[in-house]
This record gives sequence, structure tokens and C-alpha cells, in this order.
Amino acid sequence: MTRFSGSDRYIAPSDLQLAVNAAVRLQRPLLVKGEPGTGKTQLAEEVARSLGLSLISWHIKSTTKAQQGLYEYDAVSRLRDSQLGDERVHDIANYIVKGKLWEAFTADSPVVLLIDEIDKADIEFPNDLLLELDRMEFYVYETRQTVKAVHRPIVIITSNNEKELPDAFLRRCFFHYINFPERETLKQILHVHHGDIEAELVERALDVFFDIRQQNGIRKKPSTSELIDWLKLLMADEISREALIEKQEAQAIPPLAGALLKNEQDVHLLERLAFMHRRQKG
Amino acid sequence: MLVDFFTAVRQAGVPCTLREWLDLVAALAADVTFASMDDFYVLARTVLVKDEAHYDRFDRAFAAYFKGIESVELDVAQLIPREWLLNQWQRWLTEEERQQLQQHDNLQELMEKLYQRLREQKERHAGGNKWIGTGGTSPFGAYGDHPQGIRIGQDGNRRHSAVKVWDQRLFRDLDGDATLGIRQIQMALRRLRQFARDGAADELDLEHTIRATARQAGKLDLQMRAERHNAVKVLLFFDIGGSMDPYVQLCEELFSACRTEFKHLEYFYFHNCIYESVWKTNMRRQHNRTELEGIWRTYEADYKVIIIGDGSMAPWEVTHPGGSVEHFNQEAGSVWLQRLKSHFRKVVWLNPMAERYWDYTESLVLIRQLMEGHMYPLSLSGVEEAIHHLSR
Repeated sequence: MTRFSGSDRYIAPSDLQLAVNAAVRLQRPLLVKGEPGTGKTQLAEEVARSLGLSLISWHIKSTTKAQQGLYEYDAVSRLRDSQLGDERVHDIANYIVKGKLWEAFTADSPVVLLIDEIDKADIEFPNDLLLELDRMEFYVYETRQTVKAVHRPIVIITSNNEKELPDAFLRRCFFHYINFPERETLKQILHVHHGDIEAELVERALDVFFDIRQQNGIRKKPSTSELIDWLKLLMADEISREALIEKQEAQAIPPLAGALLKNEQDVHLLERLAFMHRRQKG
Repeated sequence: MLVDFFTAVRQAGVPCTLREWLDLVAALAADVTFASMDDFYVLARTVLVKDEAHYDRFDRAFAAYFKGIESVELDVAQLIPREWLLNQWQRWLTEEERQQLQQHDNLQELMEKLYQRLREQKERHAGGNKWIGTGGTSPFGAYGDHPQGIRIGQDGNRRHSAVKVWDQRLFRDLDGDATLGIRQIQMALRRLRQFARDGAADELDLEHTIRATARQAGKLDLQMRAERHNAVKVLLFFDIGGSMDPYVQLCEELFSACRTEFKHLEYFYFHNCIYESVWKTNMRRQHNRTELEGIWRTYEADYKVIIIGDGSMAPWEVTHPGGSVEHFNQEAGSVWLQRLKSHFRKVVWLNPMAERYWDYTESLVLIRQLMEGHMYPLSLSGVEEAIHHLSR
């Protein structure tokens, strides 16, 4: 199997590449954590793309049950069919709805299975998937059949750290924490997303960006995806772009800051800091 | 293989198990990495460490364990003339060739062989698979490829920069003992959830409806149930003013986390120690106070009580009647704390002061005795422990 080494639209640092390759080689699920907006979900898409496999995503919500990933027994439509006298009602297999895991296990070629934001689910959720992820098989009680993976899928699990995951589950996974990218990596990422923007604009934007991230007391630090959005806005808006490059002292709030800061306390904090900054000057 | 390394990592407090160690050995056997220290570091971290809070401990253990090897490398480099190691051959091996390479079990053996070869070898050497030189597949020398080779005098790691990532200790801040942000507190508090269904039955219970309908041979039989919600009730007491001033932001965060997390939450303020009354608004604290007697009557024993304070005061503020700095208290603070403890089933004290200073304050020692050990630092791991005690 070929090695994963990032792609033309996703910059993967070497340690991330190694983690992915180790997980692929040893057929273990890879658990990815990191600040929001560092590209955890996108990783699965890019792994699938660069290895030429198809991707099955299972997005987890607070109400998702592990069973839904395997299969669901649609009792309501069977009840309805029975009252309407439908012939289908005699075969219970007609009412078994396949889940994402079943889909991934029985696919014709190996697939990448993304279990997105596993921490959103109930605390028991990961425990209910232990055997399924370990042995890659499960038992369907209604039809008395065992579904076994034809090809073991490459499993990538993301978490935002909202819940502690159980130890037994962690032991079965490989783990990688996506660190917030450094300046050089960020430049590469910007290049991948926006192609050729003027170096000057990137430098200034990164200055402002890291300034804000380092500000004490900011509640929601802007992340990579917000930086990319902000630059998109700046490029569309000629005036604010010039304002940023010329670094006007009077206006210490960066133009279009709304793309970077997502709550009013942070905006107030920045305004206050700008005000104090001006007073010191004057 | 790597047993000592595994033990060192475990001793550093990284909770890894036999299974993970076997995974690491399997990964090495499957050639996920080559003879690169940096790659091995990332691989070992990926396999052994499952929580970014433990990255820093791992980094330290790794640095300590491999320090010896790095310095061995330097000594050897001084022994060998540099001209031998000129960058001449850059050989990349195929999988097959790699497997043919002799596997050397441990470093000691490898080093002994190296010294033996050094004694035998007198002239410069490039290529080949035995002598020390450049570009070959011997375990010794530079720019070569041997899975367990020893690098001698190579300018940086060929595959990566030679900066040792584990020495930078990038993940220091993520350690669980550091103090916390709102989101993290909320996550810790969530463990205190006890879901219960009570109140009016106004939600359709689909599963039971189906079962009941089936039992009646298809005649629809609707089943209702009450909504599920968090039944935990929490009572907070905040120490305010004086020595607590440096911790205002921390307490603010804890408070805002608590407020959104619990349906039944009540809070009160006190100064230094809890006496016969507490208050709800700081502006009107002299006029609008709540007697503690009233608190017993209003809140049942199953309220979980969390007291937040640094417990730093003069010892008599705890032990003696009239010890309070603000008013004349008829009974000592310790008496009131005892009563609070005997009324409520679960009481914990969270202290924003770092745990290592606790023994230096007499009043703190007294209060800890009164709390029977249930004082926890206001850090992520402290809050988790406290919540664990409260939820039992």
C-alpha cells in the first residue's frame, strides 16, 4: 500500500504522516485530536484521496448510538406493512437498515472510515464499539448472521476533547495530537489554499494573527480555518487589504476582524487594548 | 526489545499497557520507521501515549532515556577521522535488502562490534556492508540505511532536521495539573450528571409503544414517559475578597461553567471562613444575609456542596469564637463547618492555591482536617477528583 504524504491541497507535517502510515500499516484506528479548525476531519478526506480509496463518514451527534453504526431494525415500517398486509413483512431482513460500519465492512475495496467527533456521543459510545473496531465484525441478532470485514477499513476517529474517552478504547487506537501549525507551515497552508498572494500581505496577516492568538484572555482563539477565511475576505476587499499592509497605527483593530473573532467579549477586549495602545502613543 | 524504555515511560506516569508496547514492537518489525531517532520518537508517541496531556511526561522520559545514546554517538564521532565519512554514497535500500540486513539485538552488542571493527579497520571506506564509512549498509557510519544503525558524524538527520522535538517540550501547558479554562471545567462538571426521569409524562416512548402494540397484536398502544434531565443539585460557596483577589478570574470561570451546567444551582459568598450567615449579593452584604440555619431548612441533604476558597487566614478565625475579622461570631468557624458537613452528604473544598503550598498555612491544615481530606486543588485534575468524590 502506498504511503500517505499529504497532498496538493493539504499540508501534513511529517509526524502526522508517520502516525497515519503506522496506523495504516498495523491496521489500527487512528484517533486524532487538536484545536478546532486544525483540519482533523479534512485529514480523513485527504488520506482517502491520496491513497485512492473511497471515504465513508459517520458524523456523531449527542444522540447517536453505537448500534446505529452497525444496523437498525426499522420496527415502525414493519408494523405499518403488517397492518397493510404487505408481503415483505414475512422477511425480517427487509427491515434491517445497514449502518456506516456495515457499509465499510462489506465494501468491495478497502475504504477509509471517518468517525467524526466521537466525543459528542454518550460516554458509553466508544465502549460499545470496542469489539467491532478490534475484530472488525459484529453479529446481527434479528437475522442471526455475522458481518465480517472483507477488507479492514482504515479508521480515522476525531475528537474535540469534550469527553474523556475510556481507557479500553484508547488502548486499541493510535493517537495523534495535531499541534497548532507554526508560521512556516501556516505559510504553506495559505499557499495551498490561495495560491499566489503577495508575500507582504501574508507576512502582515500572520503577524496580526499570531498577535491576536497570543493576547491573554481571548476566549476563542482564532484557528487555521479562520485565518484562511479571513485572508479570503481581505483579498476580496481592496481597501482593507491596503489598510492592513500599511499598518495604520490609529486603527489597531485589524480590518474585517469579524472573521477572526467569534464572540463579542473578544472584540471588546481587542478594542480596549487598541484604545490603551493609542493613549500610550498620544 | 525496548523493555527498559517501556518501563521508563511507565515510570514517568504515562499510563501505557503491555498491548501498546507490543504494538510498538510490531510497528518496528513492520518497518514503519527507519534508523531515525525523530521518526522513532513520533512512532513511540503515537502508539504509547493516548492523551496530549501526557505528551510532556513522555517527552521528558524519552529525553532522559535516550540521553546516554546521544552522547555515545558524540564520543564515537571523535574517535573516527572525518574524511572517512564524506558524503559519497547515498544508498536507498529496497525492502528485500533491508530484511537481509543483520539485526542487532541491543546497543551494547552493536557498540562492541563497532569498537572491534575500529580496531581492525585502518583505512577510509565507502560503500560495502561491513566497514565503517559512508553510504553503505553497515550499521556503523553515516548516510547509510540500517534499521538499528549508529550514526557517526552525519550533518543533521538525512530525513529530518536534527532538532530534538522532545527537548522542546511543546506540550508542557497541556498537562492535567495546569489550571483550566471554562470549557474544560464544564467537561469535568458534566461527570456529575445523574439523569433521572421525573415530572409529567409528555414524551413518546417509541420502544415501549412498539412492544406494547406488538403485545396487543397490532392495535396501537401509545406509551408516554417523562423527559430525561440532570437531577443533580449543587450548592456553591465562594470565598470573596482579601487573599482571594488574585484568583478572581479563575473563580469567575468556574462559576460561569457551573451556571450553564446545572439546572439546580445555588451560590453564596463568604469571607475567609463560613460563619452563621452568608450572602448572595456583594453590594448589599451587610443587609441581605442568609442564615446558615435557613440553608439547612431550604436545601436537602442530597445537594452537593462545593466550597471555593484559599483557606488562608489567621488560625483563630477557624478555631475561636469572635475570631472573624469582620464581625463578632458567637461560635467558631470550625463549628459551622462541622454542621455544614453533617447536614450535607457530600461536601468538597476547592482551593485555587497550588497544592505544594498547602502545608505552610496553619489555617489550611486545620480546614483540611475538618474536611477529612476532601480538599482539592482548583486544577483540571483536582476538579475531576472532587467531582469523582461528589458523584460516588
